[in-house]
This record gives sequence, C-alpha cells and structure tokens, in this order.
Amino acid sequence: MALKIVKGSIDRMFDKNLQDLVRGIRNHKDDEAKYISTCIDEIKQELKQDNIAVKANAVCKLTYLQMLGYDVSWAAFNIVEVMSSSKFTYKRIGYLAASQCFHEGTDVIMLTTNQIRKDLSSPNQYDTGVALTGLSCFVTPDLARDLANDIMTLMSHTKPYIRKKAVLIMYKVFLKYPESLRPAFPRLKEKLEDPDPGVQSAAVNVICELARRNPKNYLSLAPLFFKLMTSSTNNWVLIKIIKLFGALTPLEPRLGKKLIEPLTNLIHSTSAMSLLYECVNTVIAVLISLSSGMPNHSASIQLCVQKLRILIEDSDQNLKYLGLLAMSKILKTHPKSVQSHKDLILQCLDDKDESIRLRALDLLYGMVSKKNLMEIVKKLMLHVDKAEGTTYRDELLTKIIDICSQSNFQYITNFEWYISILVELTRLEGTRHGHLIASQMLDVAIRVKAIRGFAVAQMATLLDNAHLLTGNTQRNGICEVLYAAAWICGEFSEHLEDPMQTLEAMLRPKVATLPGHIQAVYVQNAAKLFATVLRKHDGETESQAAQETSQLLIDRLPLFVQSANLEVQERASCILQLVKYIQKLQQKNVEVAEEVTALFAGELNPVAPKAQKKVPIPEGLDLDAWINEPPSESESEDEKPKAVFAKEEPKHSRSRHTEVDEKELARRREVRKQEQANNPFYIKASPSSQKVYDAPGVEHIPVVQIDLSVPLKVPGMPMSDQYLKLEVERRQKEKAERKKKEKKKKREKRGKERKADSGPESEEDITPAHQVDIVTEEMPENALPSDDDDKDPNDPHKALDIDLDKYVPYCRHLQFIHVLHIIKPTVYWFPFQKSSKHKKKKQKKEKEEKEKKKKKRHHHHHQHHSDAGGEDSVQNGTVEEEEPLPVSQSHSVSLKQEVKVYDIQGNHQDESKVVVSVIFENKSDSFLKSMEFNVLDSLNSKLQRPEGAGAHDSLTVPFQLPPGVSNEARFVFSVQSIIMPQKLKGTLTFIVKSDESSTHEKLDFKLHFTCTSYLITTPCYSDAYAKLLESGDLKGSSLRLEGINMPFHHLLARICFHHHFSVVERIDSCASMYSRSIQGHHVCLLVKTSDQTVSIDAKCDEPSLLGNVLDEIKQTFSKC
Amino acid sequence: MIKAILIFNNHGKPRLIRFYQYFAEDMQQQIIRETFHLVSKRDDNVCNFLEGGSLIGGSDYKLIYRHYATLYFVFCVDSSESELGILDLIQVFVETLDKCFENVCELDLIFHMDKVHYILQEVVMGGMVLETNMNEIVAQVELQNRMEKSEVQVWASI
Repeated sequence: MALKIVKGSIDRMFDKNLQDLVRGIRNHKDDEAKYISTCIDEIKQELKQDNIAVKANAVCKLTYLQMLGYDVSWAAFNIVEVMSSSKFTYKRIGYLAASQCFHEGTDVIMLTTNQIRKDLSSPNQYDTGVALTGLSCFVTPDLARDLANDIMTLMSHTKPYIRKKAVLIMYKVFLKYPESLRPAFPRLKEKLEDPDPGVQSAAVNVICELARRNPKNYLSLAPLFFKLMTSSTNNWVLIKIIKLFGALTPLEPRLGKKLIEPLTNLIHSTSAMSLLYECVNTVIAVLISLSSGMPNHSASIQLCVQKLRILIEDSDQNLKYLGLLAMSKILKTHPKSVQSHKDLILQCLDDKDESIRLRALDLLYGMVSKKNLMEIVKKLMLHVDKAEGTTYRDELLTKIIDICSQSNFQYITNFEWYISILVELTRLEGTRHGHLIASQMLDVAIRVKAIRGFAVAQMATLLDNAHLLTGNTQRNGICEVLYAAAWICGEFSEHLEDPMQTLEAMLRPKVATLPGHIQAVYVQNAAKLFATVLRKHDGETESQAAQETSQLLIDRLPLFVQSANLEVQERASCILQLVKYIQKLQQKNVEVAEEVTALFAGELNPVAPKAQKKVPIPEGLDLDAWINEPPSESESEDEKPKAVFAKEEPKHSRSRHTEVDEKELARRREVRKQEQANNPFYIKASPSSQKVYDAPGVEHIPVVQIDLSVPLKVPGMPMSDQYLKLEVERRQKEKAERKKKEKKKKREKRGKERKADSGPESEEDITPAHQVDIVTEEMPENALPSDDDDKDPNDPHKALDIDLDKYVPYCRHLQFIHVLHIIKPTVYWFPFQKSSKHKKKKQKKEKEEKEKKKKKRHHHHHQHHSDAGGEDSVQNGTVEEEEPLPVSQSHSVSLKQEVKVYDIQGNHQDESKVVVSVIFENKSDSFLKSMEFNVLDSLNSKLQRPEGAGAHDSLTVPFQLPPGVSNEARFVFSVQSIIMPQKLKGTLTFIVKSDESSTHEKLDFKLHFTCTSYLITTPCYSDAYAKLLESGDLKGSSLRLEGINMPFHHLLARICFHHHFSVVERIDSCASMYSRSIQGHHVCLLVKTSDQTVSIDAKCDEPSLLGNVLDEIKQTFSKC
Repeated sequence: MIKAILIFNNHGKPRLIRFYQYFAEDMQQQIIRETFHLVSKRDDNVCNFLEGGSLIGGSDYKLIYRHYATLYFVFCVDSSESELGILDLIQVFVETLDKCFENVCELDLIFHMDKVHYILQEVVMGGMVLETNMNEIVAQVELQNRMEKSEVQVWASI
C-alpha cells in the first residue's frame, strides 16, 4: 500500500498540475485546440489511476477546461470519486468541479446522495460548508427531497458559518421540492432573529426571495420585518427588507402608511446611496399603492422627486441611471411632478452613455402631452440625425413611433404633422424598422379618414421618388415603406390628383428589384389605380386616356409575369389578361369602368384581433339549456311519449308541457349550475364576463374636411418643422380668440368673478388642428372585456405559493411525510381510528349515549396510502387504536380533541433515538390548555424527559389550543433494542375551558413501533451487495406468499414503499433488495415470483429482526 | 438572485465563470462572447448597468459590471438585487482577492482559478449573497487554506 502511494507520488511529479496546464495553453497559442486535446488524453490516463491525489489534480484541470468551453461531463463519475475523498483538499476540488458541470440531467448525481449526507453531518464544519456550497449549485428534486431534513437540522447548527449556508440553501431546496417549505418555515422564521448577523441576513435573503414571488403569503411577517428595519444597522439587510416592503405594500395599503415615516427618516439620515435609493424606490411603491386612496402625500412625492433629481444631476453615471429608472416609476402615477423636470430629462438625451439615453427616452414616453408632443418629437428627430448608423438610432425611431402612437394616437393633434414625421423617417439609411413605419402609415391612413387625402398625396410623392429609397442595394429595411405607400395610393386612389402618373411610377422597371411581397402589392394596386383611371374617364367616348392606360399596363405587366416570385407572377398574369380583355371591350366602345371598379368595391375597416372572441352571447340564448328534452330523471317522464300516442288532447298537453318546462328548466338550470360549480372539469364563465363593454361609437364624431393649404415643396421631403410653427401660431391665435371671447364675457358679466388666464394653457385648452375621426378597432357590439392572465405556467416559483399561516388539511402534511417516508422510518398513527368492527359498536353506543365523548374518525391515512400504493390500507408502524374506553357519565363536555402522530423518525447520527411528531387538533368548541403528554415507558423504549424530571413525569405540551386549531409537538424516545416491535401506552391530560367552567380531561392512546419503522431506505450498489452476501455473516430466512395477483413491479414498489427497501438489481421476475436498520443491521431480500406465488429469501445479521420484518411484509400482502 | 458571475479580460478571455443556472458549455461560451461584446464597447465613464443580453436573462435581468485594469467583473442579476449593492459587492470581492493574493493581478486569476472560486464561494452561494463582510470572508478563506496546508503536510510526511 505504502509502495503504491510512493509510486503514485512519483507518477505525480511528472503530471501537469493546473498551473502547468495554463502555462502550456498560453505557450501553444497557435495550436491551442490540438494541445488541449493531448492534455485531455493525459487527464483520461490520470483518471484511470487509483491514486486520489492524481485524480483530484486531473479533475481540477478539467474544471479549468470546462471554463474554456470543453464539455467534461464524461468525467462526472470521477468527479464523484474525488468528492468522496476523505481529505478536505480533494473533496473541495471535487465539489467545485461538480458545481461547475453537474445539472439535473447528470445521471451520476443520484450516486452522491449518501456522500453528501455524510459530508453534511461531518464533524468538520468545512466539509459541511463545501458540501452545502456544492449542493446549492446542482441540487435536483431528488436530492432536495432526500436531503431536506438533513439541511433543516443544519439550520440549527452551533456554528454560524454552517447556519447561514444551510439557511441560504433552503431556498434552492424549496424551489426543487416545494413540499419542504411548510415544515421548514417556522425554523426559517426563527433565523430572522438569529444572534449572528450573517445568519440573519441569509434568512432575510431567503424570505425576500420567497416573498417576491408570492408576496401575499408573507404579509404576516410584516411586523417582524418592520422591527428589523427599525433596529438593524446592516445596510444589506436593510436594503433587502426595504425591497421586500416594496413588494408587500401593493397588497396592504395600511402597511404603506406605516412605512412612509421610517422610510422618510432613513432617506434623510442615511449616507449610503444604495440604501437611499432603495428607500426612495419603496416610498414610490407605497405612493403608487396609496395613490387611489390617499391624495395627501405630495410632500413625500416632492421629497422623492427632489432626491431623484439630485441623483440624476450627479456626475456619477450610475446614480444618474438609477435616478431616471426610479423617476419612470413615479411617472406612472404622478406624471405632473415629473413633467416639471422635463428640462433635466431632455438634457439626458445628450448624455454620452447609451443606457442613460435609453432610460431618458423611456421617461419621455410617459411625459408627452398634447401640448409638448411636437416639441419633444422635434428634439428626438434632431437626435436621430446625429445618431447615424447606430442601434441607438433604431431605438430612437421606435420610440418616436411609440410616443406618437400611444393610446390610440391620443396626443396627436395634427395628423398631417405625423405623416410628415413618418415620411421624414423614411430617409433613415439602414434602419431595420421599415415595416414599423409602414404599419404606422397604413394604420393612420385607414383609421383617420380625414387624413387620407393628404396621406395619399404624400405616398404618391414617395412612390415617385422610390429610387431615393432603393438607391443603394443594401438599404432593404426601409423599402418596406413602399409597401404601405403603394397600398395606400391604390386603396384610396380617389384622392389622387394624378392617378395616371402614380400608376406609371408603380410600373417602372426598377420596381422589379424590390422584394417579392412588395412587388405583389404594387401589381395589385396598379390594378386598383387602373380602375380609378377608367372611372375618371368614364362617359368620355373613345377616351384616349383610358386606352393609353390599358396599353401602359399591357406593356409593363409582362415584366412582372416573368417574376421569380410566385405571388407576383400569379397576380401579374391575372391582371394582364384582365386588362387585355378590357382593352378589347374598350376598342368596341363598351362601358367598362363600372364593372372594373366593382372589383375593388367595399370599405375596409380595422377589426380588433380579439373581436371574434368577444362576441357576446345574445340575450335569451342559454348555452346550458337542453335543446331537446333531457334524458329523463324519473320513470314517469320516460313514459310521457307514450301518453302522446294515447290520443291526449294535443293542444292542452303542449301548453302544459311548456309551463312545466319553464319552471322545470329554471329549477334544472339551478341544479346544473350547482353541479357545474362542483365539477372541476367544467370550465366556468369568468366573473368578468358580467360587465358590458360599450364599444365607442364612431358615428357621433364629426368629420370636418381638412384644409389642404399646406404646400408641399420638396417632393417626398415635407418639413415637419413647419407644423410646429404653424401649430404654435394656431394655438396663439386660438388663445387670442379665446381671450377676446372671455373679455367679451367679462365685459358682459363685469363685477362677477375674475378668471386668471395668465397661467400656461392647460391640456384641455388645446384643440386638435383638424377634427379627426380616429376609427377604433372594430369590436362586436357589447363586447366583453377579458383580461387574459398570462402567467407562465412553468414558473418554478408557482409551486411555492403556499399560504403559510392557514392551517392545512392533513393530506398536505401527509404528502410531505409520504415522501420522507421513503427515506426514513415513518409511523403514521391515528389513535382514534376505528376498525370497522369497532365503528359499528361505537355508532350504536353513540346512539344510546349522546352525551358521551365523541371522537371523529379520520381516513386521511387510508387516502394517503391508496394514493401511493393501490387500494391497500396497510399501515406500517401503525399504532393500534385504543379500545373505546368505558366512559363515565361525568363527562358532560362533548370532546373532540384529536391527537395524531404523523411522523416517527430515526436519527442517523444517533442509533437509539426516535423522534415522534404529534399533531394535536382541537375539534371541540372549547379552549384547551395545560396539555400534558405522558407515555408509560417500557424497559426498551423510554420517552426522553428533561434532566431532573422523574421517570413517570409528564411532558408539558408547549402550547394551548383555541377551538379548531391544531399544532405540532415533537417527542424524543430512546430505543434500546429494535429487533422487536413495541407498543407504548400513553395518556394526554388537559384542561377544557369553556365560558362557564373548566374541566380536566384525559385521553388514552397506544403507540406502536413496528420493526419496519426502524429500517431506513439505503441505496446499495450491486457489488457491495454481493460482497455482503458472500461475507457469510448473515443468517437466512424465507417466506412464501400465495395468491399474489399483481404485477411484479407493483409488488416491489409496495415493499419499497411500506418497508423502506430499495431495489439493488432486478432481472425479469427476480429482484434483490436492500435496507438497513437505524442500528446498522443489513437486511437483504431476494424476491422471486412465478404464477401468483412470491417467494422471498431474506438474509439479515439479526434473525429476530428479520423474522419480524418478514411477518410485517406478510401482513402487508395478506391485506390486499 | 444572481444568475451568473463572469470574469474576463479586455480581450474577452474568460478568467472565471460561475453560472447559477444550468447552461450547456457552448451556450456558456456564447453568453461570455455576447456579454463581452456588450460590455467592452462601453467607455469607462459610462454607467455600470446594462439591460441584459438576449442570451442570458430577459427583461428582469441586468448586467452589472466593473472594469478593473485588464479585467471585467460582470454579475448578471435579477430585480431582487439592489444595483448599487451589487456594485459594492463586486468591490468587496475584488478587495478580498487583493488581500488573499496580495496585490492581485490578472495573472493570479489565470493561474489560480480554483482559489478564486473558493473565495467567491464564501461571498456568493447558489446565486445568493452569503457574506459581505470582507474580514469574515478572508478569515474563512484562510482557515480553509490552513486546513489544506496541514493535510498536505500530513500527506508529505507519510
């Protein structure tokens, strides 16, 4: 052995270590990949050696290579080997490698469970620490489930170093295994007040993460956090708490009111910018949540805005950025207070830092009003010119369009101006957003009827100057605009001054270089224009112009017929044939204009995307009603048809029938509603569908003809600036007129109240330049608004939405235990559960003596088991119920106290201790207090009592129970021998306090530990298993079960589940299984099945334990 | 939560990568490249926040970074972290490195990636901030190094 080590260390001298590898890679810059591949070969050799030092070195190098992008998952097993080294140095290397490259898909991860568990309970705190750190990176649902309890124990470790790590990792465990949240939460809460600031901070951290996702469940912690906030001096903790409050306030406005003052104090007092900033943020959140109810917080808003202004004016770019970010939050609810800082924000647009410019842009979006829109956009247009060829320019472009088009063009007073802006934007080279501009053009032209004339004129110039847009070959983004231009000119061609010219422009040969989908639109709209031209010349006999147009089309269209694009080709050839035919007719002097126009008749209306979904159900239509008679509920109804045949008076029967129907239907509808309400598969109507949404009418908006007085000078390049000037002039004129009018009025009503008109004009004063008809998207009448909840169903945090205050139905607990069950011995115990025999007896008794003690039976246990393993209700380690005790007449209070043991757990570290968790539930209407729990100790099993207590003293249950409340207490038992099942008798005494009196009561119960409950599911590898069997230390025994009629894997699952075994290996209908007792006895099973007969050969180092376990297995199967 | 911590140099060569959410190796490299691309074109006098890249994160995520001489330290965090707090944390981390390596420079990180990892593990665990007190971090790191040393001595004496 020593020789081997020496040999290994000599080998090692020739190995590269990490530094050598790095140096080597740096020296092989030219053929790095080749060098690394030889290194990987070396590493593979090293991993084959037995020496753990060599392996660890190799794994360390792999971690480095992983960083360079090499997949090292092939070495996962070696990493596990290094992790399980007893030396901290190597263990750490192993865990580091694992945390870098293990993930949920890594299959060897399941081999690590026991190693990690061992490390977690290591006496060396750094072994534990390294394991926790590693686990935090690669924890899987399985690991989380198996190790949750171990980690929970570590939360109370003596070393704060371990405590804080254990607390933090719990969050990861919760994410992977949500059931662990409820049992762990009380302890987590406790850690909020841990004496060590690091642990406290970790607990705050975890709860903040939890609360951020499901804030409502953590509202009850607010007072605790409030206390922490006012007492803590740790800025990290303060920041976290303040952030948490920001998430909580929207749910509880009262909390917000309380927070304002301490937060304001902090804002004034703190010197830490980070804390100040978070305080401001949370105050904003509070103000937002209060904004509806409490208008009187202008002082706080002012304070926030002031502080933010200081941040924005700071030379530190980070503060500037964050200031703008927070400002945008205020903007949503208090736009006025932000708008006064417009100057500052516009300044930020000039900042050299793109992030800051983008933030400022965001703010501008919310700051525009009818009054300043033009001005702001003008500023932005200047920036667009400056920011040539950057992504920032694209961002500006989209922002301009966003700002203008927001809330259905709410702030646009002059659409001519907007169209000009859009046209100006088309001059941008290399933008990606051509389609965005195009869709805006289309949108405006379709929805704003009054602007169509102007828009068409502009689009015609655009088409005419299309060469400017398509001049460079690589400017494909912007040519999307032509799509819109062509369509608008075609669709609204009646507004065109010279359709002929536009038609000519659309059929230029150059068009063939445009993308296919644009050409297709060109061709189609050329046909529309053609129709318009024909219509124009309608009535003129032998119109030269009309015929020229036909000829033009016939000349130009063949170019498109040859297009490689199918769409273009198809449309072109169709239209070409059509035009040829029309030309023939024209030559015969037939009037064709009417027919051709009819091809494109009909107005286009925008329809909202959700319109179809929102069609309301007409009144009187009951989709729930039966169309035909429902299948009869009673026999007599079934016979009704016969009666019709029996020559009853038809009229009478029908009228009576309908009468019955109406009443009946109403009744049935009610019944059906009830049923549906209870039927989880029935999709119910959402309550929001009750509201009726009034689609805004379009008709009542007056449409005024626009005065097209604005002359267009530069073709295709209108100057939007003119509009700004015009607008200012117009507003001044209007203002002056208004003043005049007011003066007139004042003169008329002299002496009456004076109106101050010197202030700036308010929003309402601004009237749009043209009354425009903004056609809203068409909706069905009485459309129903629907708010689609778009929550991500895959969000892992959804599972953590657990109300921690509410008492849970038991099944929740049981589910949790059920899983633990597989890991650790668990005993379910319901002392008052009656076997059916007793039930009947009891019911009789109850009838006789109603005054007597009543006990509720609970069947959760059965439910739980049937969930897990079929219909059987066999309980392992179940405690036998007490026979109903003869109850004396003196019991005048009806008692419904309930005691449940829901968990008995063996402890890995201590082979003689078992923890029993008991749930006490008060089902009576009275208050229960002074509960004392006592068990009659046997020689073998003893209830652990505090030092100094006598052997028969009761333990006080550390809580009282108000009516309907339940709570859990844990008791530790020491067990000496585990080879025999045991029963312990116990009593619970308590005082029942009602309004008038209080009585002393007592409950008896029996606690039953089966041998199975001392077994711990322990995985075992087949080679170790074989060695164990070969060793010859085990004594054998066997069992035959007849008439077992279930699939083999069910049988195995049942043994695994009920008796805590794990399958080592399975070959066809033969399987080897393994388990270990808390005192380290090995139990091996060989299970074979053939024809309903199962034979189990078992081996164990303790024959009587084996005998008892086999008996219990037999029982399990005898009950099915 | 912190989603990832990346350290790379002025040329985009990774010096330490630590993802707290699984990404395959090639994706990790893409993220490094993208992040480097985003961060490296920024001047030193602009703000240290970046709205997250397209590969890592999404709208809730931010890149918070600091640039020291030849190295970029980039943290990708979600909105539950305080921006300024993370900047401070980066500072604490770098100062800790400085203490542990005595005048840390890029070469220290190049040749002792494992040690840098061990130090980082005492600062951030599983994406959550574990400790912000530099003295505490240094003390724990040193204790562990001492333990490693004693093991090596034991091993050498066999």
